[in-house]
Amino acid sequence: MAGPSCRQSRYIDDFMKAYSLFSLARNAMSYHRNWQRAWRSPDPKSKYDVVIIGGGGHGLATAYYLATQCGINNVAVIEKGWLGGGNTGRNTTIVRSNYLLDASAGMYEHAMKLWEGLSQELNYNVMFSQRGLLHLAHSVHDMQEIGRRGNAIHLNGIDSEFLTPEQVKEMLPIINLNCRYPVMGGLLQKRGGTARHDAVAWGYARGADAAGVDIIQNCEVRGVRVESNTVVGVETSRGFIGAGKVGSVAAGHSSVIAEMAGFKMPLECYPLQALVSEPIKPIIDCVVMSNGIHVYVSQSDKGELVVGSGSDAYNSYSQRGSFDLIEHTVGPLCELFPLFSRLRMLRQWAGIVDVTVDRSPILSKTPVKNLYFNCGWGTGGFKATPGSGHAFAHSIAAGEMNEIAAPFSIDRFNSGALIDEGAAAAVAH
Amino acid sequence: MFIINCPYCGDRDQTEFSCHGEAHIPRPTNTATMTDEEWGDYVFFRSNPKGYHRERWLHDHGCRRWFNALRHTVTDEFVATYKVQDPRPQIPGDGDQS
Repeated sequence: MAGPSCRQSRYIDDFMKAYSLFSLARNAMSYHRNWQRAWRSPDPKSKYDVVIIGGGGHGLATAYYLATQCGINNVAVIEKGWLGGGNTGRNTTIVRSNYLLDASAGMYEHAMKLWEGLSQELNYNVMFSQRGLLHLAHSVHDMQEIGRRGNAIHLNGIDSEFLTPEQVKEMLPIINLNCRYPVMGGLLQKRGGTARHDAVAWGYARGADAAGVDIIQNCEVRGVRVESNTVVGVETSRGFIGAGKVGSVAAGHSSVIAEMAGFKMPLECYPLQALVSEPIKPIIDCVVMSNGIHVYVSQSDKGELVVGSGSDAYNSYSQRGSFDLIEHTVGPLCELFPLFSRLRMLRQWAGIVDVTVDRSPILSKTPVKNLYFNCGWGTGGFKATPGSGHAFAHSIAAGEMNEIAAPFSIDRFNSGALIDEGAAAAVAH
Repeated sequence: MFIINCPYCGDRDQTEFSCHGEAHIPRPTNTATMTDEEWGDYVFFRSNPKGYHRERWLHDHGCRRWFNALRHTVTDEFVATYKVQDPRPQIPGDGDQS
């Protein structure tokens, strides 16, 4: 008798916890004072099967898929600050999968397919909006680049359309086609768009927590304990935490974690800035990017324009950027959309991006046994969050990188088999 | 915004300069016998420290000469700039010259 009634109460429990119209109405009756916590705040146990370093989107997604798909529930996510407070909360929320090379298409399209069902899967509205993503071309070279890339995308079975300047104007009536470097065409991915970045971290955290993952915030990793070339745990600000396997998903601090474990990474860190304007009525209903004149912009649901461009070109962990880069960002923005010149910018910030020389990420085993790294996402990791977490979780569980992750091994920097997205993806994140 | 002291020109605005990564990585001399791992390490792997960093700068829009700098990567503070052939300045609070 215990079995069925136990299952039944679990079912009722899950039903009561799930976010739905019913739970909204029920909580409205108590003036929304009794919503349950989205995740627990447990004390760390002495040992876990897997410890994930870094509570950003990729780390939380890894933990979520480990617990829900790989049958590994004894997992901790250790976060120095608060969830999604690093690059997950600092990016410009753009999602796309229009990459040139096969390995990249495999990873980013894998992510795109997971994005498309993510709110339902997590029972958490990540506000994924496939509003379309438009790359502009401003020169013969740009036209050749989008021609080559657009056809490569087609061959990989991913959607992509070429637009004439007239079609661009039809999509974006406010655009100034005859700017200093006139718009000669565009490449549109209709399935591209944006998602609410914080909600992605929170949704994965809630899902992972419900599946038994311990999320430990305000807990800094200060050392990686390695015995006979095998990782056995991490030293943290809350003491030693033992681990069967460790996955480092520390983004800008990956080199620091690697140094703790005694090896170097092919990474350098730079500040990447973004800024938002004051909120205005709906004016841009897609994401607009220009590699040629170096700016990208979309409009948030609050009405703010979210603007970004290139990273500052010096090594830094400062989470600030230089002023001249802001000028380099708003210059082309006002050239493309002259009416934005009268907007005020409200906020500006930077995140620390860990960049590889080929502008492709690293999902890999390391010189230390049972220590895995997921890093090097550089200026464009947000869009890959579900795919990266999914591939990394399955790879950690199997002890071998899976088909999607395998090309992104750290060994490529010795073998020379780089995945050189530098030219195709240098700006557009 | 930085003010950078070019060892040749003096204090100039940051926008005149470009940074070119970690300094003091000598080109190997035994190139014929190096392994893939040694080549990979030389070409791609970097210390990328959170702290003091010796790095190469170029005064693009000035004297167009290369020089080195010792800078902190968290505060972005320049401790010193020095000519390529000069002895390495000491890291603050550090006894040796490494």
